Amino acid sequence: MISPPLFELALQFLMLSLLSIGGANAIIPEMHLRAVDIEHWMTDADFSQMFALSQAAPGPNVLIVSLIGWKVAGVAGALVSMLAMCGPSSVLTYQVARAWDRFRDAPLRIAIERGLAPVTVGLILASGYVLTRAADHGWPAYAVTGTTLLLAMTKRLHPLWMLAAAAGLGALGLV
Amino acid sequence: MRIGCEGERITDAMSATDRTPAPVCVTTRALFGGFLKIGMSGFGGVLPFARRMIVDRRRWLTEQEFTEVLSLAQFLPGPNIVNFSVIVGRRFQGPMGAVAASLGLMLLPLVIILLLAALYNEFAHIDAVRNACNGVSAAASGLVLSVALKLAQPMRRTPWKIGIGAIAFVAIGPARLPLPWVLAVLAPVAVAIAWRSRR
Repeated sequence: MISPPLFELALQFLMLSLLSIGGANAIIPEMHLRAVDIEHWMTDADFSQMFALSQAAPGPNVLIVSLIGWKVAGVAGALVSMLAMCGPSSVLTYQVARAWDRFRDAPLRIAIERGLAPVTVGLILASGYVLTRAADHGWPAYAVTGTTLLLAMTKRLHPLWMLAAAAGLGALGLV
Repeated sequence: MRIGCEGERITDAMSATDRTPAPVCVTTRALFGGFLKIGMSGFGGVLPFARRMIVDRRRWLTEQEFTEVLSLAQFLPGPNIVNFSVIVGRRFQGPMGAVAASLGLMLLPLVIILLLAALYNEFAHIDAVRNACNGVSAAASGLVLSVALKLAQPMRRTPWKIGIGAIAFVAIGPARLPLPWVLAVLAPVAVAIAWRSRR
């Protein structure tokens, strides 16, 4: 017997998984909408801190899903959420990859790839927007976001250094 | 046609390298280990690390193959990098390879992030810890913005791509429209434009 919260988690992340064209970052706004505004699993601040944790920890950013599951239903919630998020889509990917190889130079395949690329970029940009709105209260936080953006665009600096510096500034009470 | 790792010939549609033979042979074990390493080094996003290891270091894929696999992974539903590991794993070792690569990618990071979350809960009442996390949140959102802008670079000379990207951004960002509807409308339009503007 599956308990209601686990079922709810599985359902939500299964739907999110099917929508996540363009990766985990592209569905952050939708995830935020469902977890905070619709399901009331957590506050805005909870969400942005989970995102920060998933960014600062090693591994794919999609791991934020396990944190949401964990918050709602403990370790079982984390596992169910991750399985719902990755399982069915992986099976689908496996099958499509097999077929895809045969249509390597098909014009439709190329049109699909070319057409969806800018959609993906727009979605990731929207994620950055939603996250900035959730995380930044006051000008010091906006300054940190802006500086990180600038450094990431112009310097070949390891992202971890920027996250560490921001953590330091935060710990000193400056953000 | 290539020679598989155990010397058998790979004859089915298993490999996109039929026409561009990649002289590499990657065992299931190597897939697991390689993706384990990718997962463990992926701070703030895994993709840059995946590219460095797979293309530059171990040469499992060429630059072009990498981009092809990635674009396929990107447009299928599900987390990109998980899809990516499934495709790469399958390409070299079929189903077992796909399982090995995706598990290698996810297992340790999953354990680590849950431990971190438990620790964080334990110490969240300390102001410095909470403040540090706020700092990381602010920087992390800056990193996401930078990824979007970097990916947008090659599109900046194509007006329709800028238009489609801008509509997607406004619809999901400031306007907060539901993603299913936005995709249902925007994706076919974008593909249709790409189809018409093909050469």
